[in-house]
Amino acid sequence: MKRLAAFIGFFLLFLLANRFLPEIIDPYYLHLFTLSCINVILAVSLNLINGTTGQFSLGHAGFMAVGGYTSASLTFYLGPKIIATLDFLPAILAKNFVFLFALLGGGLSAAFLGLLVGIPSLRLRGDYLAIVTLGMGEIVRVLILNVEAIGGARGFSDIPAYTNLFWIISLTALTIAAVASLTASSHGRAFLSVREDEIAAEAMGVNTTYYKVIAFVIGAFFAGMAGCLFGHYLQLLHPNSFTFLKSFEIIIMIIVGGLGSIFGAVVAAVILTLLPEALRYLGPVKDWRMVIYSLALIILMITRPQGLFGNWTPDFRRWWPFRKPQPVA
Amino acid sequence: MTDNNFILEVKNLCVFYGGIQAVKDISFGIKKGEIITLIGATGAGKSTTLRAISGLLKPREGEILLEGRSLKNIPPYEVVKKGISHAPEGRKIFANLTVRENLELGAYLRRDKPAIGQDMERVFGLFPRLKERIKQNAGTLSGGEQQMLAIGRALMSAPKLLLLDEPSLGLAPLLVKAIFEVIKEINAKGVSIILVEQNAYQALKIAARGYVLETGKITMTVTAEDLVTNEELRKAYLGG
Repeated sequence: MKRLAAFIGFFLLFLLANRFLPEIIDPYYLHLFTLSCINVILAVSLNLINGTTGQFSLGHAGFMAVGGYTSASLTFYLGPKIIATLDFLPAILAKNFVFLFALLGGGLSAAFLGLLVGIPSLRLRGDYLAIVTLGMGEIVRVLILNVEAIGGARGFSDIPAYTNLFWIISLTALTIAAVASLTASSHGRAFLSVREDEIAAEAMGVNTTYYKVIAFVIGAFFAGMAGCLFGHYLQLLHPNSFTFLKSFEIIIMIIVGGLGSIFGAVVAAVILTLLPEALRYLGPVKDWRMVIYSLALIILMITRPQGLFGNWTPDFRRWWPFRKPQPVA
Repeated sequence: MTDNNFILEVKNLCVFYGGIQAVKDISFGIKKGEIITLIGATGAGKSTTLRAISGLLKPREGEILLEGRSLKNIPPYEVVKKGISHAPEGRKIFANLTVRENLELGAYLRRDKPAIGQDMERVFGLFPRLKERIKQNAGTLSGGEQQMLAIGRALMSAPKLLLLDEPSLGLAPLLVKAIFEVIKEINAKGVSIILVEQNAYQALKIAARGYVLETGKITMTVTAEDLVTNEELRKAYLGG
């Protein structure tokens, strides 16, 4: 009951935010906020694969692309028909219903690709897996380039603008909550044990195969939803947005945040989204902003190789009002 | 060897690494409540045998029977469920997790929380040092403490049969003695143990019998008395 009450509370709060924030806050800041949130979803989901489970994936942009293009196809081609059949509903509800459908479609299609990529990960590790996932991302991109129905090299344009603050905030919160509670559970220990030592993990009775694949599936699912948000926000998807550079960008975020730290992934995703923008205001040296950005990363890695927060994730449940009383150890 | 008292029987086991045969047609058995030991030099196939039992390696030929039932094609995580726990060679603790988390992972397959708590207390009873370091990362423990943790972690799955791979490796003599004392204690509580050791003398002192392995074959079955009576054996395998 409390859970349900909290859920409804958050739901209403996010609806209010969606209604009133655009009136109070400058559109430029809202734009940055939206991009930050999408990057937070990507970083937190990749962190489950790379940080917690220790499977080095370079294909997150590929998962994002599959989710983005699948969902955009759903809303672009199927959306109008669904809305037409739902004419008994108010237009706004029908529209958001279609978007929910697209989000799930995007997430599930990416998750399916995650399943396909997870299978080679049973045999490969480290550098080899990185190359396989990198190849997967490039295959996805080249396939998209050659399919005319989804825009090909011109990009997929005229995607309906369904992404709003409600969906952005809800999905960011959902991703963080889902990955955090998964990591804190006994499944979380199993993911960690795969990263630490696979043989020992097997000897403990952990089905390492299952956990490696499931990490890819869950990580890809959220990346696919991020792609959906991204496409329906910009109203345009272009293959160039999903090169391996995008995957690297997300990897940098989780390394800067500290591999395995969800809190670190969130903070770093926000910082690294805003930093290049903030550097625009540097006046005389603003032409050097990408150099300064790179230098900042190098200095951070030299002084704190474990990332900003290392492995550390604060125990937010301590402040959660509905938690069960914990036995004192 | 069709005696029902056997908790584990190995029959004509052959294990290969690629084209190389590491274990050649070996057979042995362990009765409920026994300690047996596999002794022999490096590369004799001792660890390979343990890995085959716990399912980490697939035997090419032969049979492994747990309480009369075959373990053929059963993956390692299912083997743990059936009551065999393996403390692998080289400790293999989870270095970046705390002592408590390591032990909790040992009980990963169990859902009976109160019993898990009791078992953790039991492990702390055997190894009080671990309790002092419960919140420490396992990688920061000393070699001996890591070995204690590896054994403790293997016990957390509440096994019927414990496979210990070189628990004395790299430990100071005093610690070796302490570890062997604990192994005896664990056994006294009803856990059958297969002990792989290079330290043959210590191992035979606590084991019902030992199987001497030489390049993948069992060449001799020995007991602690043989050490005293058989001069040749002592010279050949036990370093004088």
